[in-house]
Amino acid sequence: MFTKLLNWVDDRFPFTDTWERHLSKYPAPIGQNFWYLAGVLMVVVLVIQLISGIWLLMSYEATVEEAFASIQYIMRDVDYGWIIRYMHTTGSSMFFLLIYLHMFRGLLYGSYQKPRELLWILGWFTYIILVAEGFTGYVLPWGQMSFWAAQVIMSLFGSIPFIGEELLTWIRGDYMISGITLGRLFAFHVVLLPLALIAVVFVHIIALHEVGSNNPEGIDVKKHVDEDGVPLDTVPFFPYDVMKDIFAIGVFLIIFCFIIFFFPDGGGYLIEYVNYEEANNLITPEHIVPAWYYTPYYAMLRAITFPIGPLTAKFLGFVIMTAGMVIIAFVPWLDRSPVKSIRYKGMYSKLALCGLVVSFFVLGYLGMIRPNPLRTALAQVFTALYFAYFLLMPFYTKYEKCKTVPDRIKLQ
Amino acid sequence: MQPKPPSNPGRRKFLIAATSIVGAGAVIGAAIPFLAAFNPSERAKAAGAPAKVDISKLGKGEMMIVEWRGIPIYIIRHTEQSLLILNRNLSRLSDPNSEENQQPDYAKNPNRSIREDVVVLEAVCTHLSCAPKFYPESGTTNFDSDWQGGFFCPCHGSKFDLIGRVYSGVPAPTNLSIPPHYYESEHVLVIGEDGEIT
Amino acid sequence: MKSFFFVISLFSLTIFSAEGKPCGDYLSSDGLHRGICEEADTDYLDKASLQKGAKMFMNYCYGCHSLKYARFNRVAKDLGIPEDLFQKHLLFGDQKMGDLMTISMDQSEAKDWFGVAPPDLTLEVSLRGADWLYTYLISFYEDESRPLGVNNKVLENVGMPHVLSNLQGLQKSICKQVSQSASNGGLKQDPLSGEIITKEQCGFLVVEEEGEMNPKEFKASMKNLTNFLSYMSDPIEEERKYIGKFVVLYLIIFSILSYLLYREFKKDVH
Repeated sequence: MFTKLLNWVDDRFPFTDTWERHLSKYPAPIGQNFWYLAGVLMVVVLVIQLISGIWLLMSYEATVEEAFASIQYIMRDVDYGWIIRYMHTTGSSMFFLLIYLHMFRGLLYGSYQKPRELLWILGWFTYIILVAEGFTGYVLPWGQMSFWAAQVIMSLFGSIPFIGEELLTWIRGDYMISGITLGRLFAFHVVLLPLALIAVVFVHIIALHEVGSNNPEGIDVKKHVDEDGVPLDTVPFFPYDVMKDIFAIGVFLIIFCFIIFFFPDGGGYLIEYVNYEEANNLITPEHIVPAWYYTPYYAMLRAITFPIGPLTAKFLGFVIMTAGMVIIAFVPWLDRSPVKSIRYKGMYSKLALCGLVVSFFVLGYLGMIRPNPLRTALAQVFTALYFAYFLLMPFYTKYEKCKTVPDRIKLQ
Repeated sequence: MQPKPPSNPGRRKFLIAATSIVGAGAVIGAAIPFLAAFNPSERAKAAGAPAKVDISKLGKGEMMIVEWRGIPIYIIRHTEQSLLILNRNLSRLSDPNSEENQQPDYAKNPNRSIREDVVVLEAVCTHLSCAPKFYPESGTTNFDSDWQGGFFCPCHGSKFDLIGRVYSGVPAPTNLSIPPHYYESEHVLVIGEDGEIT
Repeated sequence: MKSFFFVISLFSLTIFSAEGKPCGDYLSSDGLHRGICEEADTDYLDKASLQKGAKMFMNYCYGCHSLKYARFNRVAKDLGIPEDLFQKHLLFGDQKMGDLMTISMDQSEAKDWFGVAPPDLTLEVSLRGADWLYTYLISFYEDESRPLGVNNKVLENVGMPHVLSNLQGLQKSICKQVSQSASNGGLKQDPLSGEIITKEQCGFLVVEEEGEMNPKEFKASMKNLTNFLSYMSDPIEEERKYIGKFVVLYLIIFSILSYLLYREFKKDVH
């Protein structure tokens, strides 16, 4: 009976084929470690964000008069609305945490190298969409921080020479951030960007399953196959990797729910305290900070305090901030190392990656606190260090001495 | 790598079952807030609080419409004439004695009301929830040759008498509902709450 | 070497220095700290304190400050006040139990009276913190230079009048000779005589003429009020933490099971 039904479906839709290709026969390299969990956890978070987002959308009102109050309506008047909202706020921070871990994993084990360049680019697009999604979503509660963060970030477009001011007015649709702007950001946040995100994530996974997963050793498992053409150093994704993922999801949900139920504000990092005051276009809060996941780039923006020729410091800051994100996409062509994994790369690569991590954290911290001359100088130094990782990559990866990569993956 | 067969299939089966059951429980648990969020919110409940109506200005033979929980509520004061003809053609009604549980106990009487002269009805047709129209005059109408006064639903032609009892042979299955209500004083009617039992 | 450490510590001081003083010019009663808030000791489980705080709020604050995102019946339920009692003592005019706790004061008129419209206080504790609010409430003092004759240590030149002066009396800001803290944590002493060195410090708050309450009672009732507003900012806290325990516990069980399952399958490929 079941076989018959399955055959009927398979004649019309490649069900068995899809199942085997992506699950039961997808070869997952052995020896994948902790860093390889961020991907599946992001899929979980994406689902949480979509469902909780749809439910929030039912009660949220995207008008200047009602936006702030409608959040409190969800928090107080809708049955369990608070759980749904806290899921969404916690989920957004988790999404960024995981994507940063995921990107770091890529840099660590050279997961962007041939033939995974396109995979890396697609992943980079999800990151950029996520940045936009996070920003637009941040504005919707229409608190003081929402309003002024939108004001500050959108003003960046005003720094573009010649067209800046007109462009800014066009983007806002008004002479100041207003209900018109809110309507646009709302439409982007709930329709355009999620659609784009789902599409790119889908293509990202298809591309991954085409080229196969990397592993911490950076060994190409396709070189050694058995008589059926299955790589020797792999196991079927289902059930072996899936069982690991389910356990990882369990642990992740413990942390996730612990935050939701016991620590939903995250000490002001997940929901900023300033945002408990309704937006007021006449008073700027004393201290404007973006959400923690943007602070490294925000620090870069503030670090540029000097004009170069006709270009203003404001515009250069914008350029550097954007470049900081864009340059990540070029890593596959910057890395000229013969080996993939950091385990077999030389000392320079290790130092450079350490420098990147340190600069990311330092910039992240500096982006959260008030600037003073010393902090600005520090931000300049670490911005330079951040870019040095990328811009010097073609040289240090080429001239360093690498270890020989073994042929097969050895399990401890 | 060729996976080895399980060394202890019983243990594996047990663990799969246990994890699946607990996992399914987690999914159900996660669904609870989402399902509960569909309940009427506190705002809806506050808006649906009992409605107070002053009926002193309601004349004989007249009807007034008030809103309770967004539902139109018809309040009708009978004339001596209409009270008389109320029970004239019980044979055309499908539930003349209000056996179906469509009214509070205190309204389960020949007049379907607390006070003999005033009836309170939810204007929601028991067929598919349109609001029936009020036709108080008896005589011949375009939907009934021997109309005794009552309600006619424009959506699907259901007919009810002046106190909301359904005619037989129409799509609506039961009498119109009577909301909980009581009289706070002679002229003040409270809809949405049962009065204190005295 | 010593100067090197000095430079380093100076560096880290500018990098890590605290972000401003949370409680403005408030001086602790021992004169050792300025700008540090007093602790409000909020406790969302202390229903008696919450009830007293709610009563205080309705009597003294609700005339000007709304709680417009909260509803009366929710407060009654959460604080364990029977609805009929609540209706009788804490509701005004034609307000219903299901209504939002709004006020009828005209915002623009209020702005004319006080310079700023009195803010809604539903989320005040989330915004500023309970300790800040408590410290603010206890630091009104006499200041003839202000239009209303009072000023506040925490929020300089605040527009709000001291509505609780009949309870507290009017505080004065005075100067005193006080000892100072030394770098070793003790009190600064004269190295020769061993006498404790004192210095004049200004900004101590003292009540010269008590109102209906003595200072201790007043502080206790301000803690109740703060506790109530803290509840108001996060009314779900009690239920949230209650549910949370079960959710986390359940997920721990799930994780243990899935870990055993993962290990079971791992045997096949190891």
